Amino acid sequence: MPNEMVPVLRGTVLDEEGSFTLEQLCRICRLEKKVILTLVEEGVLDPEGEDPATWKFPGTSVTHVRIVVRLQRDLGVNLQGAAVVLDLLDRLALPGRRGR
Amino acid sequence: MEYKDYYDILGVSSDATQGQIKRAYRKLARKYHPDVSEAADADQRFKEVGEAYEVLKDVEKRAAYDQLGSGWQQGQDFRPPPDWDAAGYDFSGGGYTTADAAHFSDFFESLFGGAGAGGYRTAGGPFAGRGEDIDAKVTIDLEDAYGGATRSLTMHAPEVTPDGRITQRTRTLNVRIPKGIKQGQKIRLAGQGSPGLGGESGDLYLEVEFSPHRNYRVEGSDVYLDLPVAPWEAGLGATVKVPTPSGNVDLKIPAGSQQGRKLRLKGRGIPAKSPGDLYVVLQVALPSADSRKAKKMYKQMQEEMDFNPRAGLGV
Repeated sequence: MPNEMVPVLRGTVLDEEGSFTLEQLCRICRLEKKVILTLVEEGVLDPEGEDPATWKFPGTSVTHVRIVVRLQRDLGVNLQGAAVVLDLLDRLALPGRRGR
Repeated sequence: MEYKDYYDILGVSSDATQGQIKRAYRKLARKYHPDVSEAADADQRFKEVGEAYEVLKDVEKRAAYDQLGSGWQQGQDFRPPPDWDAAGYDFSGGGYTTADAAHFSDFFESLFGGAGAGGYRTAGGPFAGRGEDIDAKVTIDLEDAYGGATRSLTMHAPEVTPDGRITQRTRTLNVRIPKGIKQGQKIRLAGQGSPGLGGESGDLYLEVEFSPHRNYRVEGSDVYLDLPVAPWEAGLGATVKVPTPSGNVDLKIPAGSQQGRKLRLKGRGIPAKSPGDLYVVLQVALPSADSRKAKKMYKQMQEEMDFNPRAGLGV
């Protein structure tokens, strides 16, 4: 039951629909632009639009970037390896497995 | 506080080489990494393994740890020896070398936390001092995804006090779970993560899980219901009452339906911009042949119906 003394917070759902600009994604993930650009070049992220200035990233991009960063930091996985892991996680996230 | 057997945590013997320790750590880190592990306690195990490696990979810390002696058991109540500070080891640059130091146990803290001025150093860069992001889970009922809900969460987050010690702070958050949320989706709450060290707070990432439902299964935004029907309802067709997470509906079962037939109620899955569907899966339930009358009717069917349920098996 909600505690009535505390205000109710509304967050942002990181789904396929919500969309972030390149600047917003950099700020949320605390990464420099060039890192995000590399993730797009490598096909890890797939923004809508041609021009980086008007790119729109789905909300799930935030989750994907965070997983890639953690795999690199914690396990020393390189970008290609992290991309493979992401693809596999996406496939496993279908029925039965709780998606991450 | 509890004694931690770092060798036991990494599954190596106390005379393991540095190479063996590194290999054991690498293996366990992959196994328990929270992004890839299915273990329920992966988060906890991953931190434990990281802490064990933090000590054993460093020859000086390992030697200091070994000085405690082998008479301790994992989980045993522990107090550091009174002369610990004078043990003569210099943990250069402070006790920690990773950004996740705040996750280390009291045991680690009591042995290595006080060394060097300033406690620990965070990963450098333009964001040093900013609080950590926190990942947490919230469990809701399927019905909450149809109507939205508010959940109260209690967060325990490590916090660094002005004198450099790490304590646990508890706070309560009320979070709106919006209508249309799906299993596994994340809600980002900006500024609700760990408080920063002089910088801004981190963010909170809340993963939504559905508690198992006695009637429904969920796949993405589609919802499945197994609906028991009588043989004559399946055979002759019928209109029956069906529960859905958004209330009861009348469903027309077409005549000649078979066991397992899937009927789609369009748009009655989880509501969203493109709402999911509700699938009703017919499960033909048989009346028991436990009375004379029932037996007589089964007997009559046996005699009068030309029916071989195993025709498809070629027998």
